[in-house]
Amino acid sequence: MATVFEDVGKRAIEHLDYVGSLNIQLWSTLRAMKTALPLVGNRYRWQATVRQMLQIGYDALPMVSLMAACSGFILAMQGASELRRFGALSYVVDLVAVGFTRELGPLLTAIAVSGRSGSAFAAEIGTMKVTEELDSLRVLALEPIEFVLAPKYLAALICIPCLSIISNSFGIIAGGMFMFFSTRLAPLLYLRYVMESIALRDVITGLIKSLAFATIIAHVGSLEGFRVRGGPDSVGRSTTSAVVKSTFLVIVADAIFTTIFYFTGAR
Amino acid sequence: MPIISVRDLVVEYEGRRILNKLNLDIEAGETMVLLGGSGSGKSTLLRQIIGLERPRSGSVIVKGVDITNCSSSELKRIRHSIGVAFQSAALFNSLSVEENVALPLREHTALAPSIIDLMVWMKLAVVGLADFGKLYPQALSGGMKKRGAVARALALDPEILVLDEPSAGLDPIVAAGLDELILLLKRTFQMTVIVVTHEMASAFHIADRVAMLYQGSFSSVGTKEEIKASQNPRVRQFLDRVPEDMARASAVSAYFEKYLKRNGAFQ
Repeated sequence: MATVFEDVGKRAIEHLDYVGSLNIQLWSTLRAMKTALPLVGNRYRWQATVRQMLQIGYDALPMVSLMAACSGFILAMQGASELRRFGALSYVVDLVAVGFTRELGPLLTAIAVSGRSGSAFAAEIGTMKVTEELDSLRVLALEPIEFVLAPKYLAALICIPCLSIISNSFGIIAGGMFMFFSTRLAPLLYLRYVMESIALRDVITGLIKSLAFATIIAHVGSLEGFRVRGGPDSVGRSTTSAVVKSTFLVIVADAIFTTIFYFTGAR
Repeated sequence: MPIISVRDLVVEYEGRRILNKLNLDIEAGETMVLLGGSGSGKSTLLRQIIGLERPRSGSVIVKGVDITNCSSSELKRIRHSIGVAFQSAALFNSLSVEENVALPLREHTALAPSIIDLMVWMKLAVVGLADFGKLYPQALSGGMKKRGAVARALALDPEILVLDEPSAGLDPIVAAGLDELILLLKRTFQMTVIVVTHEMASAFHIADRVAMLYQGSFSSVGTKEEIKASQNPRVRQFLDRVPEDMARASAVSAYFEKYLKRNGAFQ
């Protein structure tokens, strides 16, 4: 019995330690972020941020767009098959437009970026730890948080909301294609219905979620890298752990945000 | 007054004592070699001297500042006067050799890019890599990487140069070349050099003084002549290359002989 309690207690302490480390890392990064900004920050950090933006944003564009298009098409098809029975086919437009803007666009983007970039952050930082590059930074009087993490976090904060908007667009366009082929709904009319069904607050709540997801992906991926102990095998474990934990936390955060928006009327 | 002073230093990992109340003074301008077998605590002592880890108790005073108990800004200031080349070289893989050497100059000085380029070329020329600055670390041999790490360590013209196992894993010719480089640096720049090694020939070639570590304590500290003449059993064992436990070795061979006889291998 004591062993069960010990095990539960040990796991609880480990989880608290993880959450504490995430918090410390987040605040340290926020303090260091000004160095990664253009004009007012360090020129080399901004260059690193731009490189990261290309990797997180530009390189992920085809994947995110295709995922969103497929999901938009599927959502419209599934919605149409049920709503048609009630003579409410026109609500497919609302379903796709509102569903993507509030929910699916940011969530699909976060899951795609978590798989691509979250694991890449963990692998890069973990390898730097194993090869003593992080120690090299410290002895050169450079802070790894400022040098490695701040550009990644700033790039994620810029790119993930942009990718979410692109994802929304592709999802809605795919829904429109389905409506055109199945009901001959004219594209311009579809667009008008879309504009009528979504409000500015839907876009804003989606973007707020994207910023939270960017924070989770950048920090969980990086923390997993910083926590690597031992050799190359632990780098592999850290990348897996980064994807699993960040995807899980993104979904939990999405549920929390949606609940808050639902009860505050922002939806 | 010594430039580095280690006082009653105790380091423990997970309850295991690695360094046991060490005391050591290193004078400005001398080459101190830390000699000892694998697991004797050489690299741990080195990490304490460069402020990468905090001890359980005791102090490490560098240029009059106790780096085990000082502010992070003070530690950064001290680190500007210490150049470190790690055992694995730890050059940043995402930067070319010349970018690696330029990094501390870009980050800690306000020098014009043309001056930085000139200084980088000079540092690379000192270590014999002037023609290889554009290459990335992956394209270099082990010896070239180590020389690149020395060039980066020299970038800010440090007063103290710390080298962790500079000749480990290198062929005798390259290792001898690195020894000559250390002697040249000491003669030219009047630096204090601390070298961790277990290569006796190299140690006695470059050292002014040798500190011999055994199981976390100094078994002997003195000039190379004093160490060579020492009658300390641990020093003699190391110098005369006597295996750790002959009694245990013969017991193991006796066991195998008995095992093979019992299983009929000698029939």
